[in-house]
Parts: sequence; structure tokens; C-alpha cells
Amino acid sequence: MSALGAYFAMGGYAVFVWPAYALSAAVLGGLALFSWRRYRDSVRSLEMLQRQLGPRR
Amino acid sequence: MISRFANPARFIRISAAVLPWCSWLTLLVIAAGLYLALIAAPPDYQQGEAVRIMYVHVPAAWMALNGYLFVAVASGVALVWRHPLAEVAARSAAPIGAAFTFVCLTTGSLWGRPMWGTWWVWDARLTSVLVLFFLYLGYIALVNGFDDPARGGRAGSVLALVGVVNLPIIKFSVDWWNTLHQPASVLRFGKPTIALSMLVPLLVMALGFMLLFLTLLLLRMRAELNQRKALALRLNSRPLPAPTRPRAEAAASARPAALR
Repeated sequence: MSALGAYFAMGGYAVFVWPAYALSAAVLGGLALFSWRRYRDSVRSLEMLQRQLGPRR
Repeated sequence: MISRFANPARFIRISAAVLPWCSWLTLLVIAAGLYLALIAAPPDYQQGEAVRIMYVHVPAAWMALNGYLFVAVASGVALVWRHPLAEVAARSAAPIGAAFTFVCLTTGSLWGRPMWGTWWVWDARLTSVLVLFFLYLGYIALVNGFDDPARGGRAGSVLALVGVVNLPIIKFSVDWWNTLHQPASVLRFGKPTIALSMLVPLLVMALGFMLLFLTLLLLRMRAELNQRKALALRLNSRPLPAPTRPRAEAAASARPAALR
């Protein structure tokens, strides 16, 4: 447990190291999630539109 | 060769095949990079464990620069050859580059506080990267700021090309001016001045970020192309024969919220 505690303490730099990683994960992960949802929505609305217009095209 | 891949229909086919592989490879390489950076890599003899911030800061900085170069080259192709995919590529890459620039700036700040004793200094390197971030934001605002996407795309392309002068300023700022920021230790003439045990995790993370850029670029380009196709379909569906018209119109006007 104390070895794990020492690891997470990052030699006293924990307040700088972990926020740096957490922030990077939040920004890049957030962008990935946003991009993926936008893509999924674009596929759905295009399919819906093609179904509605389909027979006449 | 480029024009063969730059056909929109072929792009959609190839990107559909590449995207799943690219996504999984991105996750795998970043997971390996995180293990190497947070566990396997040794602490620095001067900086201690704080050096681990480098493994996100430096790759993010590289992708911030490469991303801008990509936006600028794609903008140039869009302006000169009027290729539709080039404009879509530039527009889709800009938010990714902006995100990497933001990560670079914030992790740099979190690294600067314990090592330099300050969150921020207005020196050449930090200021020129902040300018890069604003160039990205300006480009994004400009391409989305016109009712006619083609006009927005052209205006944004010109801004992207003018902003290229900032890239060499960023790269050489640490050599041209006095700064707290250290000079290049990997991409330099001669051998890298960084130990192999730190260089390997750095390069793995850099590869992971590069793959992430590619994955998100393909995903965003496909979303953009879908949206444009949907818009074209809606516009083309207007002049329909009389009996079918009301239904198509109603369908078209019921959708705009979902299409955004």
C-alpha cells in the first residue's frame, strides 16, 4: 500500500503530473467522443433522409 | 497518386475500411505509451518524477505544429485546385490541432510551475504557441462564420496560409531568443540529447498521438461529407412532382435539428 502511495505521490510532484495527464485525457477524449457522436448523428440523419426520399430517386 | 485517393467516393470507401483498424491501433499504442511513460520510464536526475509530463507535452506540441501544417497544405490545395476533399480535410483537422495545442499549453504550464517557478512567461516560445492556438481558433471561427460554406472555406484557407509564418518562429524561437524553454533535444542536427530510456516512451506516445490525429481526422471528414450529402439531398428534393411534394417537404423540414 505504501509503495502504491509513493507511486501516486510522484516524488512530491503529484499535483502537477496527475492534472497534466487528466487534463490531456479530458480534452482529447472529449474531442474523440464529440467527433464520434457527430459522425453517428450524420449517418443516422443521412440514412433517414435517404429512406424518405429513396423510392423517388 | 494523391488525386486517386482524393476522389470523395473512393475516400468514403477506403476510410470506412481503415477507420476501425486505425481506432484500435490508436488505443493500443496510447495504452502502451502510457505504461511506458508512467511506469517504465525512469525519473529524471534533475526533475525527478515531474519529467513524466514531457510524455504528453512534447508529443502534443509536435501534433500542434504538424496539425497546423496539415491544415495549411490542405488549404493551399483547396485554394489552388479547388478540390472538395482538401477543404473538408482542412476544416476537419483544425479542431484536432487546436485540442493538441491546448493540451501542449496547459501541460507546459503545469510543468513550468515546479521547474521554472512560474505558470507562464511571455517569452518567444510560449507566446508563439499561444499565437498558434489563436490562429486555429480564428480559422475555425472563419470557416464556420459564413452562410455560404465555400466562401468561409476560402477565407479560412487564406488565413491558414498566412499563419504558416508562425511555424518556423515556434520551431526556432528557442534558438533565436533568450527563453526559459529548453532547446530541441530530439529533432535536432546530430544525435538526440535525450536518454534512450526516455526517448522510446516519448516516440511511442508521439506515434499514439499521430494515430489519434488520423483517426479523428477520418471520423470528422466522414461526418462532414455525410452532412454535405444530406444537405444536397434536401436541396435536390425540393422540385418534386406535385403529388409527392408535401410529404418530402414535411420530411425535409422536420429534419434540420438532427442534421446539424
